[in-house]
Parts: sequence; structure tokens; C-alpha cells
Amino acid sequence: MAAISRDEVAHLARLSRLAVTEQELDTFAGQLDVILQSVARVGEVAAEDIPPTSHSVPLVNVLREDEPQPCLTPAEALSGAPDPFEDRFRVPRILEEEE
Amino acid sequence: VSDLIKSSAAELGSLIASGQASAVEVAQAHLDQIAAVDGRVHAFLHVDSEGALAAARAVDERIAAGEKLGPLAGVPISVKDVLATKGIPTTAGSKILEGWRPPYDATLVERLRDGGLVMLGKTNMDEFAMGSSTEYSAYGPTLNPWDLTRIPGGSGGGSAASLAAYEAPLAIGTDTGGSIRQPGAVTGTVGAKPTYGGTSRYGLIAFSSSLDTPGPCARTVEDAALLHAVIAGHDPRDSTSIDAPVPDVVSAARLGATGDLTGVKVGLVREFSGEGAESGVMGAFRDTVEALTKLGAEMVEISCPHFGYALPAYYLIAPSECSSNLARFDGVRFGLRVGDDGNRALEEVMSLTREAGFGPEVKRRIIIGTYALSSGYYDAYYGQAQKVRTLITRDFTSAFEQVDVLVSPTTPFVAFELGSRTSDPYQMYLADLFTIPTNLYGGPAISVPCGLSSGLPVGFQVMAPTLGDDRMYRVAAAVESVMGGLAAPTL
Repeated sequence: MAAISRDEVAHLARLSRLAVTEQELDTFAGQLDVILQSVARVGEVAAEDIPPTSHSVPLVNVLREDEPQPCLTPAEALSGAPDPFEDRFRVPRILEEEE
Repeated sequence: VSDLIKSSAAELGSLIASGQASAVEVAQAHLDQIAAVDGRVHAFLHVDSEGALAAARAVDERIAAGEKLGPLAGVPISVKDVLATKGIPTTAGSKILEGWRPPYDATLVERLRDGGLVMLGKTNMDEFAMGSSTEYSAYGPTLNPWDLTRIPGGSGGGSAASLAAYEAPLAIGTDTGGSIRQPGAVTGTVGAKPTYGGTSRYGLIAFSSSLDTPGPCARTVEDAALLHAVIAGHDPRDSTSIDAPVPDVVSAARLGATGDLTGVKVGLVREFSGEGAESGVMGAFRDTVEALTKLGAEMVEISCPHFGYALPAYYLIAPSECSSNLARFDGVRFGLRVGDDGNRALEEVMSLTREAGFGPEVKRRIIIGTYALSSGYYDAYYGQAQKVRTLITRDFTSAFEQVDVLVSPTTPFVAFELGSRTSDPYQMYLADLFTIPTNLYGGPAISVPCGLSSGLPVGFQVMAPTLGDDRMYRVAAAVESVMGGLAAPTL
């Protein structure tokens, strides 16, 4: 049985904000199925009572001194922006247009 | 080929310090070699000749003024294109960042400059460091100087190839699942992954934040240690940076080079005793183990029962972190924006931008990560992989109660032919079989050349406990003292 269907891949691509093509979906569905079936082997390990590790260095609440530091100027911060406008990042509209 | 480009970084540093060669002369010799061979190797995405010569001139002036500089002052270096370099193009091998010039330097880049190193340019890599061959670079693959029909490893194939092709004596790589060590192995060079948190990630374009570790690449173990000493150490700008003294890796490398390993206990991982590796690779590995025994090392077989699950755990954890990290490429603050015609909404522009800007492997990993983190599958995939990570860490901890280091081949196979693994992504993942456990644990590991198989280099991996970076340099230098001196590739 397939671990993941073509429809599921299409749904995940939408969630991931990837406008994948039909042809990519055909290719990815098979490839991702092979990958998922292989990585699903982690389920063979009896790990019920084992705590998870998110990170190899156990650190909590690393804080720096609250001292002013030099930072980027607006021009520097905007230097790589695709559409800068009056010291701001201009973005496409976010809300639907009113009917 | 000039003697300068064949010299080690240590030799170049002393030639420059003593005035026998100028930093400008050394930089120019390497720029000439790049001009002569990089059309065939394609190790570089960007060569900064002007910047390199200006930096070299500054070093020469400081030396002339009597300043005492570090051991690598004036030595050229190539830098993987995943580290931010102020004003110099930084792409991470992706179209989504084509033409981006960062407004700041990564901490590592600052440390190189403080050490007087001369940056020659930025090296090619698999897109966002995802891959084992550089074939996933959006700018075309790098070719292996040993055989131009074969891959140089990945993701840091450009950095490793620049060393093997004598375009640079030193390079910076980053290692998330083996991206420093596997390219080192297949190009006959040295690549070290320091302890996680031992080198700063500030300014490193993130792939998998709990695993990403920048480190040194070189042609000799001593050179790698000298570079390690320049780049390592606490950085308050990276909250996962370890605030502890850097182990004395340079002395350890020099001690190992004497060829005496009396009293050193070396663990052979039973689970890596040959399954999935080419016979030529295993042969070179076993010859090296035998040689280390003659140097006085005591060999102990160690079982690490969960290492067999490291690859599947990694290919859940790393894509999960990548799917989150790469959300920043949304066409708003930097990089590409596609389809913004004034009518389309943000979400659609974002989807078109990411579709156009990311290559197939990056898309696959984003989708896998999104899947592994989704509510119905989290426990079975990402959650379970994190538990397996704990068990792998325990395997390491218990192993290092019995031995000083663990050894294995670096990668199961020598450099493979271009195109031979791209149609089946899981076959590509297998290149990382032996390197991944260390990344999940967080300890240091190094690959050092240990011979040839069918005329192609084989790497020997030494793994050490967290903050035991010095131990791996000692054993690696001992390996080099008996197995080193590979013939140079001819280009």
C-alpha cells in the first residue's frame, strides 16, 4: 500500500505554498512514497518511554545583556527586497477585494 | 603547477610571515589556478579577485609594519555559498537567492578576516545544502577533480573540489548530515565537523537548525586544525553556541602526526562493519584499522544498536526543520518574487515564487517535513524520530564510556558518476549512512583520506565525544601519517 497518495502530495504542496505542476506531482508522488516508506522504519523502534531530543545542546533561556548594538540602516535592510517602497517592504494584497 | 598552490596552509602561513612570499603573490597564484581549471571543475559560484587581492595587500602591509598576525594570515580560503558575505553574492545554490548581496557578514566570515585569511570566492553546493553530489545546485554541478565524469560529493562539493584542484588550500563547509565529511572523502581531502555549537551559525543560511554545523576543510589534518582554531568558539549572536573553551585541536593534530597511538582505545562500530558499503571502501578501511593497531591503538568492537535507524530519523528531522526554516523565502524581504502583477494576492505570489525559486530536492524535503509535522502524523514520524535521536545519543554516550573514539568508513561508496542517483532520491540519501549518527548526537567527526579504491579516494571517519574535538584530530593525524600522501589528481 502506498504511504502517500498523489492527492495528499497536492494538499501538502498547497500547505507549503508551492504551486507545483501536474508533472511534478506525478514525479513527486512516487518518489515521496519511496522516501516515506523508508523513513517509516523509525516506527520499528520501541521508544514508548523514551524522552524526545530536539537538540543536542540542552540550553534554556539564553539571554544577552540588554545593551544597544549597532543594527542595519533601513537602506541596508531593504537592499535585497524585491519591491521596496518608502523605507518599507511592499507586498501584494493580503485581503480579498470587496465585491 | 606552481609550488605555492601545492603548499599546505601551514607552509604558506610561515612563508608569508617570514617574508619569503607575499600574500598578494600567494593569492594571485591561486586566482591563476582558478582561471586555469575552474571552467572544468566549477567549484566556484563567485570569484572575488579584487576583494582577495585587496585583503592580501592589507595583510602584506600589516606584516611590513611589524604586526604579529595569526598562523594563517595571508592564506587564501574558499567559502561555501551558504554563509552570508557582506556585499558579495550569496545564493545557497538556489535561484530564489540569485543576485542577493547580504547586508552583513556571518560570524565565521568575520573570524576569517580577523585571522587575516584571504577569501577567494564562494563555492558551489547542493541547493540549501540538501544533497550529496552538488547535482542539486541550481547553477550546475561541480565535477570531481579526480574524474570529471564523477560527483565531488555534497552538499559542500565546491569547497572540497576547490582543495583537490589546488584552487585553494583551505575552505569552509557546513555539515548537517555529512556535507563536509562525504565531499572530503570522495575528493581525497580532509573535512571536519566540529562539535555542534562549537562553531557559530550566525549568518549561516539555515537548513536544519538543530544539526547545521560549519567547519574546516583542508588538504591536511594540521591545516584543518589550524582553521578550526580560527573559526571556533563562543558567539553571543548564536544562542546555541557553546560557551566553553575550544579544545586544543592544533596540538592534538601535531601529537597524532608523530604516529604514536599508545593507550588510545578505538571503537569499531559493529553495525557499520560492511553492510551497504563497497568492498573497495571496506578494504581500505580495514587496512587503516590494521595500521592504527601497529601504531599502538587498542581496537574494541562496539555495538551501537540504534545507528541503523539514524538515516530514517534524520530524513524526518532535517526535512521537518527545513520546511519551517525555508518559510522565510516568501518573496517579501529578499530574493526572488514571481507573479506580482498587481492583481494576484500575496498567497498566490508566494506559491508562484517558491515554485519558481526552489529546485526539486528542496521541494521534496519541504513536502516531507510538512507531512511529518502535520497533526495526524506528528507522533508517528517527527515525534518518533526525536525519540530515536535520544537512543542514538545514548549509544554514543555508552560507547564513549568504553573507547576514546569510534571509527568507520566516511561514506559507503567512492565518487559515483553524475546522474546515477538523481532519479531515485533515496539512493542519494544512502551516501550519508555513516555520517548521520554523529549529527543527531552532536559530537565532532572528521574524514581523512585512507587510500584509493579503483583509483578513487576513500575516506576514514573518526567520531569523538561532544567537545572532544582534539581526540578526533589526534587519531586523524595518525591515520594521515601512515595512509596519507595520495597522488594528486591530474587536471
